[in-house]
Amino acid sequence: MTLLEARGVSKHFGGLLALDAVSLSVQNGEIYGLIGPNGAGKTSLFNVLTGLYSPDSGDFFFDGEKLVATKPHVVAERGIARTFQNIRLFGNMSALENVMVGRHLRTHAGVIGAVLRNARTRAEEASIRSRALELLQYVGIAAHANSLASHLSYGDQRRLEISRALSTEPKLLALDEPAAGMNATETAELQKLLETIRHDGVTVLLIEHDVKLVMGLCDRVAVLDYGKKIAEGTPQQVQHDPAVIEAYLGGALA
Amino acid sequence: MDIFLQQIINGIVLGSVYALVALGYTMVYGILGLINFAHGEVVMIGAMVALAVINALSGTALPGPVIVLLGLLVAVPACMALGYGIERVAYRPLRHAPRLAPLITAIGVSIVLQNSAMIIWGREYITFPPLLPSKPHFIAGAAISDLQIFIVLLAALIMVALLILVHHTRLGRAMRATAQSAEVAGLMGVNVNTIISITFIVGSALAALAGVLVSAYYGLAHYYMGFLLGLKAFTAAVLGGIGNLGGAMLGGLLLGIIESLGAGYIGPLTGGYLGSNYQDVFAFFVLILVLVFRPSGLLGERIAERT
Amino acid sequence: MSGLGKLKRNPRAAWVAFALLAILLALLPFLAGSLLGRSWVRILDFVLLYIMLALGLNIVVGFAGLLDLGYVAFFAVGAYMYALLASPQFGIHLPFWALLPLGAGVSCIFGVLIGAPTLRLRGDYLAIVTLGFGEIIRIFLNNLDAPVNITNGPQGINNIDPVSIGGFSFYQTHRLFDVNFSSVYNYYYLFLALTTLVIFVSMRLQDSRIGRAWAAVREDEVAAKAMGINTRNIKLLAFAMGASFGGVSGGLFSAFQGFISPESFTLIESIMILCMVVLGGMGNIAGVVLGVVLLVVLPEALRYIGPAEQALLGRVFVDPDDLRMLIFGLALILVMLFRPAGLLPSTIRKREFAAEDEAESQDGIPT
Repeated sequence: MTLLEARGVSKHFGGLLALDAVSLSVQNGEIYGLIGPNGAGKTSLFNVLTGLYSPDSGDFFFDGEKLVATKPHVVAERGIARTFQNIRLFGNMSALENVMVGRHLRTHAGVIGAVLRNARTRAEEASIRSRALELLQYVGIAAHANSLASHLSYGDQRRLEISRALSTEPKLLALDEPAAGMNATETAELQKLLETIRHDGVTVLLIEHDVKLVMGLCDRVAVLDYGKKIAEGTPQQVQHDPAVIEAYLGGALA
Repeated sequence: MDIFLQQIINGIVLGSVYALVALGYTMVYGILGLINFAHGEVVMIGAMVALAVINALSGTALPGPVIVLLGLLVAVPACMALGYGIERVAYRPLRHAPRLAPLITAIGVSIVLQNSAMIIWGREYITFPPLLPSKPHFIAGAAISDLQIFIVLLAALIMVALLILVHHTRLGRAMRATAQSAEVAGLMGVNVNTIISITFIVGSALAALAGVLVSAYYGLAHYYMGFLLGLKAFTAAVLGGIGNLGGAMLGGLLLGIIESLGAGYIGPLTGGYLGSNYQDVFAFFVLILVLVFRPSGLLGERIAERT
Repeated sequence: MSGLGKLKRNPRAAWVAFALLAILLALLPFLAGSLLGRSWVRILDFVLLYIMLALGLNIVVGFAGLLDLGYVAFFAVGAYMYALLASPQFGIHLPFWALLPLGAGVSCIFGVLIGAPTLRLRGDYLAIVTLGFGEIIRIFLNNLDAPVNITNGPQGINNIDPVSIGGFSFYQTHRLFDVNFSSVYNYYYLFLALTTLVIFVSMRLQDSRIGRAWAAVREDEVAAKAMGINTRNIKLLAFAMGASFGGVSGGLFSAFQGFISPESFTLIESIMILCMVVLGGMGNIAGVVLGVVLLVVLPEALRYIGPAEQALLGRVFVDPDDLRMLIFGLALILVMLFRPAGLLPSTIRKREFAAEDEAESQDGIPT
């Protein structure tokens, strides 16, 4: 069953064509990779998908419904959560608080509840806190729950960002280069984590440069170059696609 | 319709002054991304210093225009030093602080300057002695004085000179590079701190000139004159597209005309409900409308919203 | 560990501290009155009033991170609402229990009207736009005396009804326990009760789902949006709440003073209130209280400079009133340069302002 579909999505930034009629579809329960040389449009696709920018043309379909000119918080509410290439944590809040913010979307206490702290609000706060702790444990950084997000190691920060995204209860987790800057051990742990996430029912869409990770993890892969999709298939298929090789290596080995 | 041409003329004169001050705002914003809240007060200090000199010399036998020129020659360097000082003391240390900090220091500087002026020169209005020719000429029923012509011409001359500086000299190229990316400009050998200081100095010189012109035009100066003038000039800069020199000039002229026409016609237009005492409100309304509907201004690029 | 943190861990000590504080606050007006003079009781009343006002702005600036340079507009709206509905101006005299909620409500509406189109603007622009709105409102208040006299223009509105709850007029002197409670004393206890309420509400808001969302928006709005927070609404909520607090304070101000005019609601006032929040410690409720106390009490203390100058130097060189604002300006600059997070910053704000030398926080949970 198709969870996410992009149909002919295009986006200009001034004179630059960042996305050129990109179409792809992500199946429910798969781990789908988005690869391509730098500047190919991968993050732009994420940004357009999650509502940071609106596409010039084309549509997204998510879970059966069209995603039209949607604001980022609505996209999150529909069930797409993302992480950022440059890690955008709430640096001056603790790791736990970061994940608790993620719970905002699925909880309801308002001003009245905040001021009165009635039983229902207190119960909700307790559940927010415990769920956040659970999620920190899930990604393996529960020991740092009370540390400032900006004090965490790079790898832990990436995991925190994933944990925070998960706390919004997404159907699709969109990760922008989650393995960037990680060493081999950390990458292997990340791979295990993502497989666990998929196993627990969340579809994963990820942008990555780490070839080994993509090969070992992704069920299917799409390749972007200069805003166009030039190949799609299993990692093995894409690896041997001449157009892909040319895009990465410049044609000498085609 | 009989006042239309008159209001246009008045608007262009006023707008020229706004343009001169707006240039200071826009240059600083282009390079530092900072609204120099204290800029209006630099205009005021320029006017006050010049007037102090002019009033001291007005009893002497020197011809009127010479006295005014002498006042200008003292005010401009004084303001240049002031602008330089403000940047060094209040803004440079906070270059990497969150946006809130330099904005608050700017407010602090503004308050200090205003109140220092009040303590030094008193709370009363200071009159500009009638040293300049003021006989009006008449075009199609509208009056225009020598002073008005002079203001417009001088402002135009200065603006052309500034455009030449920015677009056709090495210094100007360095300024434009710094405005695009201070970090990279620095890597290319541009002394970013010097460029920033120069930007403040040039802006302050323009401010001093504007201060003298506006006090000559209205015949008086006051320690509080900088606030409103600064705010309106800032509006002009935003209207034209902040960071854009041509925009500041265009915005200044437009705002002057809008304000002039508004003040002239608001009475008849609202059936007497609102009078010209609402004149100041125009600038604020323009500002709010521009920022809400077209934050990039007329000639600028979109930068007013959070990314 | 901060003092408050220590208190949190020892409930008994906390209760003792609060009890002592309560006793001190209850006796404070009498202490001030006898030691310093009756005028100081009035000053205490103003301190409490400004604490309420500043805490309102603290929600906007401190919690949500929105720079508002025109906050006094809400103060003015609240004050004029009260004045128009409880004075000879229109001959209407609504009761107190109706007036305050009305004032809060109308200010709230103004907050939404002003905030809706402008809150998406970036920091400096928002500051200038709110400043513009503040000035517009003041200009209108100053000029709405013709052709229809609504606000009585620059002359202001006189003879505003004092607060009266169930027949108990706060303006009259009452005798209780053999002690005379004149109006300034009555208002002190009323304001003290209301201020305590406002502090309580602020604290609850800060440590709640909403408070966390505000902090997130303040830290990184893009990330907050991506996490599903409707940033527009949450900013509007902060703005509207701040406006309501301002409106309530305005109404109380009207009743207390008995007279208002547009002169009380200038840009300088907005800046003052902002100073109280910023200098004291943005986001930190205790810091804001400190800021208010300093900025209301110090100028009063400065009044003694005149006679001091006279005594020491033979004549008054500089009128202390002129000095007052000058010193404020200098204080703003100095505090931003050396302690940008304020005198009593909240732990979070201190981190935000000091990248290099960060204060070590044991448990990371903000005070």
